[in-house]
Amino acid sequence: MSELALSALAGAKATGLVTIEDMGLCGMVTLRADLAASAGAVEQVTGAAMPGPRAMTTGQGVQVAWMSPDELLILCDHAGADAMVAALSQALAGQHHLAVNVSDARAVLRVTGGAGALRDTLAKITPADLAALPVQEMRRTRLQQVAGAIWFVTDTEARVICFRSVARYVFDLLAMSARDGGAVGYH
Amino acid sequence: MSTRLATGGRLIDRSRTVSFTFNGKRLRGHPGDTLASALLAAGQVIVGRSFKYHRPRGVMASGAEDPNALVNLGAGNRHEPNQRATTTALFDGLVATSQNHWPSLNWDIGEVNALVPRLLPAGFYYKTFIHPRPFWKHVFEPIIRQSAGLGRAPDPRHADPDRYEHFYAHTDLVIAGGGIAGLAAALQAGRAGLRVILCEQTAHWGGRAPVDGVEIDGLPAGEWVNDAVEQLEKMENVHLRLNCMIAGVYDHGYVIAYERVADDSPGGDAPRHRLWRIRSAQVIAATGALERPLSFPGNDKPGVMLAAAVRDYVVNYGVAPGARTVIVTNNDDAYRTALALDDAGLAVPCIVDARPEANGPLVQAARARGLRVLTGMGICNVKGLRGVVAVQLCAQSGSGAVVEDVICDAVAMSGGWSPVVHLWSHCGGKLTWDEAGAFFRPDPMRPPTNQSGAGFVSCAGAADGALWAGETLENAGLITRRVLESFGSSTDHPMPVARAAAEAPMLPVWMMPEEAGPKKRAKMWLDFQNDVKVSDVQLAAREGYESVEHTKRYTTIGMATDQGKLSNINGLAILAKALDEDIPRVGTTTFRPPYTPISMGAIAGEARGPIFQPLRRTPMHDWHEANGAHWEPVGHWRRPYCFPKQGESHRDAVNREIAATRASLGVLDASTLGKIIVKGPDAGRFIDMLYTNLMSNLKPGKCRYGLMCSENGFLMDDGVVARLDDDTFLVHTTTGGADRIHAHMEDWLQCEWWDWQVYTANVTEQWAQIAVVGPKARAVLEKLGSDVDLSAEALPFMGWAEGRIGGFDARVFRISFSGELSFEVAVPASQGRAFWDKIQEVGAEFGATPYGTEALHVMRAEKGFIMIGDETDGTVIPQDLGLDWAISKKKDDYLGKRAQERAHMTDPARWKLVGLETLDGSVLPDGSYALAEGVNANGQRNTQGRVTSTYFSPTLGRGIAMGLVLHGPDRMGEVLDFNTTKPAPKGGAAPTIKARIVSPVFFDPEGTKQNV
Repeated sequence: MSELALSALAGAKATGLVTIEDMGLCGMVTLRADLAASAGAVEQVTGAAMPGPRAMTTGQGVQVAWMSPDELLILCDHAGADAMVAALSQALAGQHHLAVNVSDARAVLRVTGGAGALRDTLAKITPADLAALPVQEMRRTRLQQVAGAIWFVTDTEARVICFRSVARYVFDLLAMSARDGGAVGYH
Repeated sequence: MSTRLATGGRLIDRSRTVSFTFNGKRLRGHPGDTLASALLAAGQVIVGRSFKYHRPRGVMASGAEDPNALVNLGAGNRHEPNQRATTTALFDGLVATSQNHWPSLNWDIGEVNALVPRLLPAGFYYKTFIHPRPFWKHVFEPIIRQSAGLGRAPDPRHADPDRYEHFYAHTDLVIAGGGIAGLAAALQAGRAGLRVILCEQTAHWGGRAPVDGVEIDGLPAGEWVNDAVEQLEKMENVHLRLNCMIAGVYDHGYVIAYERVADDSPGGDAPRHRLWRIRSAQVIAATGALERPLSFPGNDKPGVMLAAAVRDYVVNYGVAPGARTVIVTNNDDAYRTALALDDAGLAVPCIVDARPEANGPLVQAARARGLRVLTGMGICNVKGLRGVVAVQLCAQSGSGAVVEDVICDAVAMSGGWSPVVHLWSHCGGKLTWDEAGAFFRPDPMRPPTNQSGAGFVSCAGAADGALWAGETLENAGLITRRVLESFGSSTDHPMPVARAAAEAPMLPVWMMPEEAGPKKRAKMWLDFQNDVKVSDVQLAAREGYESVEHTKRYTTIGMATDQGKLSNINGLAILAKALDEDIPRVGTTTFRPPYTPISMGAIAGEARGPIFQPLRRTPMHDWHEANGAHWEPVGHWRRPYCFPKQGESHRDAVNREIAATRASLGVLDASTLGKIIVKGPDAGRFIDMLYTNLMSNLKPGKCRYGLMCSENGFLMDDGVVARLDDDTFLVHTTTGGADRIHAHMEDWLQCEWWDWQVYTANVTEQWAQIAVVGPKARAVLEKLGSDVDLSAEALPFMGWAEGRIGGFDARVFRISFSGELSFEVAVPASQGRAFWDKIQEVGAEFGATPYGTEALHVMRAEKGFIMIGDETDGTVIPQDLGLDWAISKKKDDYLGKRAQERAHMTDPARWKLVGLETLDGSVLPDGSYALAEGVNANGQRNTQGRVTSTYFSPTLGRGIAMGLVLHGPDRMGEVLDFNTTKPAPKGGAAPTIKARIVSPVFFDPEGTKQNV
């Protein structure tokens, strides 16, 4: 019944200093394993090299993000997440690991705007040092009162991930922070 | 009287006017004015009343240090008390009212306090209100509450209409203060390539230098400042911020800055205040210095001001605080005020200098203009009731015999300057006493230290004690060079050089005249806001107060909104003298953040209204909302408590939901239940340690209920475990337990059993879980169409299966928390709403009824199922709840096993779970105690049990309860008395309710309903 599937924010969008949009349903797979020992299997399934700490690598329609010394987040097509889990489990057969579909446990937002305004807006809700965050580096952080993660796709486009249940909170936080009167001009 | 001059005013725009009101009176000022300068320009000499004696108070200073000019600012929902007029930018439509007066500003009944000064001596509250005890509550407190307090508290019915925000920044260097020292430091650091944030608390760069006639690199200070700002603005690595005060410096280079973004433009889209939360490797406090008052009799009268403030008003705002201003000083700097007044064509009848001799260049300049300089003299009285009409002069060295009366309407006083060392001190920097300047300055050997043990805050310029402009920049250059060195950076660029008139040494003067008697000392104010006089501090010393911290609290010196910015040094000098101690030995009180008060709104930031707290929503949240759910907060989740229909009470709704579920079909959103995957070769072993019962022998396709205890043996969570495959378990936790239990698992795996091969993942939000409950539960799912065989044989109670139901990807768990036939169906969260809608649609013919948490609670209580948080409270072990069947005897160990073997845990006198049935069918009060005979040592009634859950059961038509009772399970059928909160009737005993001890399973004890 995936044609009836809904993302938490159902396509919400807000515009101000930057534009905030629901990315809709995104595929996400958590893999917990000994990363050094699983590099081959991960590359075989995703086409992406094993990322180093906090890095993201890209394969065919797939991105692999380093989340912790024994955890990856694999970003893929929503419909393909279960197949990704199965493929990983097969490739890692015999090796202790946990691959699980977490696509629906999270919400993904796209934030676009000028490089400065983008970082200024995010700096109102995360204590991470955004000036020191390079493009394609996964930053797990705090979005005011909830956990989340941020990365820059390009200099002018960021992704924000949070848990599904607090998607509205994070969207509202960003929308408030992006209101036109609140320009800071720091970054 | 103060007035606006015909010309001058470097910060105001005379071409435009703005109008504002003060106590309802319409007044005019110019853009660039502060509220204080506009009030002075309008001749408003009295702006408030003091805290204790309700003395009339006028503007005393021109900046953040002013103790007097506090007003209620704004009206209605923007009303805010205790706003400092000297730091409030004037804007069109500003509304201010004066504070702490009754009935009016000019005539105040509380002023009688001052006529009888013996009424409120130091420590008055402590001494007077101790006995007799009842007097405090009924006599003193109401009177004090009527007369005390500064501003008027905002009306609680008003919500602040403005918004606020936080902003996180990371930088190498924060510079506090945009005077010449701060600007020069920023230029050097900027050239060296450091990332710099430079904050200035006022709306203007340059600090005092442009007013004080300083020349820098051959330019008037004002021009140099403009050039410097222009250069800084071009540096990409330097960020400039006006109206932004560094409020506090904390460990690890954490700096809080308070930016007033839109105070002067209410109603716009901008946040009113922004709280900067900065991580900085180094901090330079170029925070300048504050002028000190002199302690002479009558120094608190409106019209007596700090000397530098007087010239600030003349030069910056074109405002004359008086037409004839007497200068009284112990230093050369105050002569600048005399010269500024003279330049503006205002009369200076005399300059009263406490020093026996005065011959510095500034003094000479004053004499050259024909100004009368009286050395070795002081002021022994200020005449005038609500303003100054004359001063009486005396010899400084004597006891105050009047030698001359001088007619004047303002007094400009200067007792020397104190460096602003607050930011140095916030994080532990120590001070040293500077004999020459008679002030505390930073001790460079004892700075506040960072995580590496190195100093991370430096004071530069006047804040480091380099008061004279010539030294200020030299000092700032030296300090900046050291800070740059800490980064391994440097710049070859020379520091600018400042030129200012030389100054002869000041003379410390703590009392004027030196030998003043008690009457005069009782009129010398130290703390103008809190009415603390020289006599009060001396009295405290006589009464044995030696510590400056104790004296502060006893006399209230340096308390409240200005935190002693003017009174600190003067007060402790008086204390030191009274104790016959050196000033450095007495020391200062502690400097704590914030530097000046910051708004509560800024601290709260964006966290208000809909985003006050994250509100967790299930995939079906919107449906619940649209269908009238009455919400219950469960952690950050909102869960429907019940779904009342139009005109239906909550209780009726709950009863209807239970009846429908037991008779036919109920549907519950159980998505908030915690779901944690536990996988690995050691998963079974791990699960066996987490739960009290044996889990590892669970077969794939089966579920089992289990209990989780802390290592102290106490029951902390419960739930159903499903075995997904040989390697994998799905652990269901309580709603509140999801994050906590996941953290508990990781704690044990990462810290204790790091060599066990187990991974966990919290997938709580991946799934929407819907409990389909009631006799028609199977029928509705079969009608939906399923490739899972849902028959009792294929999917028995405590089994689970995976497949498609109604086209949805689903896991079905045959578990029941209600005692009914029940299928908990988990579908991916993205499909949750669609599945829920489908169940409502297909279930309509069975009367499908959504039910909430209260119906869930009642139904589980009817079945005698425990609830974590009701039957448990952190002191309860499973054995207390009769759950011995869920505690494995076979296992060597599980978390909590050892603890449960301790003597106290195996004590047969522990209260145990039973059911309770009132004899009259009523509902026992929540938390009610079972009464026992006699009283304890405190005279309180003995108890023998307590109610843990209590409800009205619509199924049984009566009140049911569970409780923990002494020897409860052995006392079936006994009747106990339970207390209530109802008061005892006159002469009688407090009413109690009788209840019988019964089995906690009230409904379908055989489980025939759930096992079909």
